[in-house]
Amino acid sequence: MVLELQKPRPVWQIMFSTHHTDVALLYTVTGLSFLFMAGVLAMIIRTHLFFPGQGVLISDSATFNRIFTVHGLTMLFLFALPVANGIGNYLVPIMVRYKDMAYPKLNAVAFWMNPVGGALLWLGFADVSWVSYAPYSIIRAPGPAADMFIFGMKILGISSILSSINFIVTIIKCKHPDLSLRRVPLFAWSMLTVSLMTIIAMPTYAAALIMMLTDRLGVSGFFNPFAGGDPIAYLHLFWFTFHPEVYIFLLPAIGMMYEIIPRFSRKPLFSQASGVFAFVMLGIIGFASWGHHMYSTGMDFTTKTVFMIGTLAAVPASGMHVFNFLATMWGGRIRFAAPMKFAVGGIALFFSAGAGGVLNSAMPLDFISHGTYWVVGHMHLFLTGTIAFGFVAMIYYIFPFITGRMYSEKWANVHFIAMLWGTVQVFFTQHLLGLEGMPRRIYDYPADFTSWTQLNQIATVGAWILGAGFVVFLAQLIYYSAKGKPANMEDPFGLGGKYYYPVEAKNPHHHTGY
Amino acid sequence: MGHDTAEWVFVGVVIAVLLYVGVDSWVVQKEVEDIPADAETVQVTGQQWFWSFQHADGTKEVSTLHLKVGHAYKFEITSRDVMHSFNIPDWVVFEDAVPGHINHAWFAPDTVGTYPIQCREYCGLLHYNMRGSLVVEADTKS
Repeated sequence: MVLELQKPRPVWQIMFSTHHTDVALLYTVTGLSFLFMAGVLAMIIRTHLFFPGQGVLISDSATFNRIFTVHGLTMLFLFALPVANGIGNYLVPIMVRYKDMAYPKLNAVAFWMNPVGGALLWLGFADVSWVSYAPYSIIRAPGPAADMFIFGMKILGISSILSSINFIVTIIKCKHPDLSLRRVPLFAWSMLTVSLMTIIAMPTYAAALIMMLTDRLGVSGFFNPFAGGDPIAYLHLFWFTFHPEVYIFLLPAIGMMYEIIPRFSRKPLFSQASGVFAFVMLGIIGFASWGHHMYSTGMDFTTKTVFMIGTLAAVPASGMHVFNFLATMWGGRIRFAAPMKFAVGGIALFFSAGAGGVLNSAMPLDFISHGTYWVVGHMHLFLTGTIAFGFVAMIYYIFPFITGRMYSEKWANVHFIAMLWGTVQVFFTQHLLGLEGMPRRIYDYPADFTSWTQLNQIATVGAWILGAGFVVFLAQLIYYSAKGKPANMEDPFGLGGKYYYPVEAKNPHHHTGY
Repeated sequence: MGHDTAEWVFVGVVIAVLLYVGVDSWVVQKEVEDIPADAETVQVTGQQWFWSFQHADGTKEVSTLHLKVGHAYKFEITSRDVMHSFNIPDWVVFEDAVPGHINHAWFAPDTVGTYPIQCREYCGLLHYNMRGSLVVEADTKS
């Protein structure tokens, strides 16, 4: 297929290509590179927080503040979205039986905006935190770092909008005439939903970024209270985008699980209709809950209640996906290869993340958890526990199709155990840290808070285990793509039954000769 | 239809749990936000990177706040510069300090002791050290 490692193509041919499989590869490889860069930052943070006291690993709080900012920005915008785009670019045209994405050149342009945006974020290394609240980002955050942050995020946001347009047109307009939208695979539905959500949500943040920039320049006073503005306005604009955005991060991973779970259960999907309904419902209701990030900003009771209802209303949609997966697996003859392990592990962590989220959405309980490590634990259970697990599952699944070789199942087991154990140990512990009152984004904590020290140490050890799992993953990807046993391309996972794989989809544009 | 019944039951259970969470939250939050009329006002000002307080009688304190046990206090919280968040975790006092706004929180401590005050909204260099102390002491007058 793409890499044809037996007969390699020159790298520049892939870099300048506009074919969807090549752009997919570019997105996925750069996305994974940024994953490891941000992962190193995370290891630095967690190791530093092993002991209370300054200078444990990071010399000063200014550096610490920059490190956690860039860690968050990189994981969200340079890893999660690009890898989803990568897998989407690879599979969606195949799934809708079209030859490429609707706009191949636009596709390549949108990809290349990612390294540019990433360079701005990393070279600037701002300290604003990924949410960059006003007034700090306006009246205190030093330039040029904060200005490079604004420009970097602006470019990444535009890239997101452009690739969303591509997915929407490809799926709706370019799909094969014999294929009804209802029967398009659920992974493509997840990409369609997040693309529509991006078009609606992202422009708000793009506007907020421009307003932040003009405020910083002193020519406007949107969010600067000392120029007649209101910081809460920034929060509304930010969270109006970024609450839907968290569903945009999540849904492609759920869509990937829909590719894996029915096949590895050797059973048809329980309900395509439920999956479609759940994606669309989440896509719509996801816009009704942004204020739950702002409960403590001085909102009146009625407004808080409305946002709580909007938050809770989106939960059944996620529940429907969990049910769909479980009902699909029930009675199946499950092949627990690495893709299935990670998919099922991801569902279990998804459920626990959601359960914690229901507690956050309860107004009074949020006053205990907001701004503490509870939220850090909660969001990472979604990000690492669901999204990363889903992506890893998908990467193991398509590995033989792209490289023609099999990864090592034994090392994948080591990776799985380390990643599952590590994820639980860090992020469940952080929920407890939050209940103990430890705030987020703090460089140091009082040495006499012994429970904080102990819980931080447990969390850090968990992070090391998780990191070790990722190192095994990286080694797997590199070594076995060159030295792995040639895969049985008819049925690399030994599922039996050719109809299980998308390779044989009735797509006239894709040839299956290896 | 048997195939769909299980799903309806599942979704029904999820919705029931969410309804319970929503209704209970509504009830509890209503109580929490009901500030007693006799609550004494304490003005709280956050700024990079310390808290300052002004009592109803005009006395000012910096970083350490002395209050009396068994009394209700209402905080009027604001900021001089960037967003902060005033938090006394042991008493679940928590509300953002936003420049240009005055936010309210209240509590009625019923146990003497010393309790940490911290900032829970990232506010820059010394956010981690924006700590104070609440000292709840016995009421020596009445």
